[in-house]
Amino acid sequence: MSKLTREGLANARARAEAHWQQRWAGRQAQIIIGMGTCGIAAGARKAWDAFADELKKNNLTDVRLEQTGCMGLCYSEPTVEVRVPDMPPIIYGKVDAEVARRIVRKHIVGKLLINDHIFDRPANDAFGKKIADSR
Amino acid sequence: MAFKHYVLVCGGEGCNTKRALAVHDALLKEVREQGVENEVQVLKTGSFGFCGECAAVQILPDQTLYVDVQAGDAAAIVTQHLKQGRPVARLLFDPQTTAKYFPKDVPAGHQKQLRIVLRNCGVIDPERIEDYLAREGYAALEKALFKMKPDDVIEELKKSGLRGRGGGGYPTWQKWLFTKKVASDQKYIICNADEGDPGAYMDRSTLEGDPHSILEAMAIAGYTVGASQGYIYIRAEYPLAINRLNMAIAQARELGLLGQGILGSGFDFDIELRLGAGAFVCGEETALITSIEGNRGMPSPRPPYPAVKGLWQKPTVINNVETWAAIPVILLKGGDWFGKIGTATSKGTKVFALTGKVNNCGLIEVPMGITLREIIYEIGGGILGGKAFKAVQTGGPSGGVITKDYLDMPIDYESLGQLGSIMGSGGMIVMDEDDCMVDVSKFYLEFTVDESCGKCAPCRIGGRTLYNLVDKISKGQGTLHDIEQIRDIGHAMRKASLCGLGQTAPNPAISTLKYFEAEYLAHINDKKCPAGKCRDLLTFFILPDKCIGCTLCARRCPVNCISGDRRAVHVIDAAKCIKCGECYQACKFGAVERT
Repeated sequence: MSKLTREGLANARARAEAHWQQRWAGRQAQIIIGMGTCGIAAGARKAWDAFADELKKNNLTDVRLEQTGCMGLCYSEPTVEVRVPDMPPIIYGKVDAEVARRIVRKHIVGKLLINDHIFDRPANDAFGKKIADSR
Repeated sequence: MAFKHYVLVCGGEGCNTKRALAVHDALLKEVREQGVENEVQVLKTGSFGFCGECAAVQILPDQTLYVDVQAGDAAAIVTQHLKQGRPVARLLFDPQTTAKYFPKDVPAGHQKQLRIVLRNCGVIDPERIEDYLAREGYAALEKALFKMKPDDVIEELKKSGLRGRGGGGYPTWQKWLFTKKVASDQKYIICNADEGDPGAYMDRSTLEGDPHSILEAMAIAGYTVGASQGYIYIRAEYPLAINRLNMAIAQARELGLLGQGILGSGFDFDIELRLGAGAFVCGEETALITSIEGNRGMPSPRPPYPAVKGLWQKPTVINNVETWAAIPVILLKGGDWFGKIGTATSKGTKVFALTGKVNNCGLIEVPMGITLREIIYEIGGGILGGKAFKAVQTGGPSGGVITKDYLDMPIDYESLGQLGSIMGSGGMIVMDEDDCMVDVSKFYLEFTVDESCGKCAPCRIGGRTLYNLVDKISKGQGTLHDIEQIRDIGHAMRKASLCGLGQTAPNPAISTLKYFEAEYLAHINDKKCPAGKCRDLLTFFILPDKCIGCTLCARRCPVNCISGDRRAVHVIDAAKCIKCGECYQACKFGAVERT
């Protein structure tokens, strides 16, 4: 891509925002895995592989598998956020391969939550989409 | 088909599980009896951290939080809330308890955390610049370049009251102003990512979760003080953070957010990484700078400060990762907004790595002025295994301990300093009744002795002597004179050491001695370790009336010093015992005693 001017940045941001909106408020389910060093050490990659495999087995090609940084819930690593349209966003902790497969079958397919693995979001998003309302 | 409501009953291992289970079962029964089992799913969850107000129940999707719920409240929750949509007012969590710390425009939930530095961590994909752009990434740089003069940026920082988050707490705007004022053909910007305190991982998590925020802030500093080159000094032990930073730098260069003529302005700025080999002293700014220059990492006396003569003798701004990450938000929201959070002298939020004997360890960001009690008992969910809180260690090897008498003190730079500890970079290690303070101070002294660069005598010789004294006490060979010596040597090290490492190395010993002198005296006078940690002072024996002769301890003993027939009382041979504690942990009948 060429070097951005201010106008180019505004356009790139608008595209990024639209994509972001579509991802977070759209009709596509998302599985977001915390992949900091500690998450990975606790088994996030194994969870990732299990999610990918189970999604494939269930033919769920429209579910996005995403990575993010540390969610801050060290005591419950690996942590995973699951967003399914028309359901509240849920953070699952201590997600090993077996729990990952259960999340796909029960939560994504069956629209039911899973006992003993739900954790509280550590903080509200202080900024939402915009940090400042005007810039 | 998705359900209308999900009812989450906190079932953490740390709290009153029985009570939570009763509430869970009552809700389940009520849901069935009232015929809404096809609309409502009742669940047990992991710990929510409201252990003092058990049971906590959260209703989704509306995120209502009920606390102090009893089984008898289930009917009201189901009838009133789930069927009629009216929350049960008497059980609602009071948002006032959190709102007092929050700026007015931030919706206060039941969580006491306020994430400014960690705003994108756990939200965006750190490997995609588009995610950062969608969350107003690089908007602060654009604002600075086109709508603000360098002095305006410094003015905003001044209003924000932001102080260095690496531990020193020096006002950031002053550092920048000093560097800006010095006339020079070249100036430099450095990000100190040489995180070395045991148990601290704030910087690593920030870099791994949101690398672009650091790049953006460094470019803003470059524009403000007139520098065109930045360096991130990061330890080689952080491969993932290094990888993501390199990725972020490449993405930013490709879009022209780093490089020549950023966004069509006349401003040039680029960033390179410099990898440290993991020496603790290189977190000290003068040692870090000389390490970037390719020399052995040793500190030099200040002044001159880096703002005047830093990297390659040129004026240099050096800030810590957490300080950098806050800056884009300060420019976008305004210094006044940031300055409203916190206490009179300490503004904004602080990231802590909450670890040790606490149920919910984690990476947390809280408004300054919050109390330790709120951090440990609410966010942290209390002490592991319901044991008694003893102390919390802040500031790592440069810090000290804070005891239960000060749990309600608001946290800021000054209050922690008055107690003989420091804010430090954000390590917070919680200790319970099983932790021995002599052992804790020995641990940190061992660390600083190991990490001392050896350049100045007070640190090199003083640190080793302090360690030897504390080691002697932990073995029951100490005298009262040793305590005096610890205080004297500690005082001399504070006054005479060349850099922060040596000046603060005695802090863990001095601070534990201040608050737990009785524990030191027990080691010296009674030859006992009250916490049962110092091995040389322990004896293990078996209580004959409790031992049932199950043989478990004998099988676990690594040196075979426990004898006894099946179903007969066992005996430990004290002469052979290596005091490993295996038998003590193994016995299910409390028959192994430790004194």
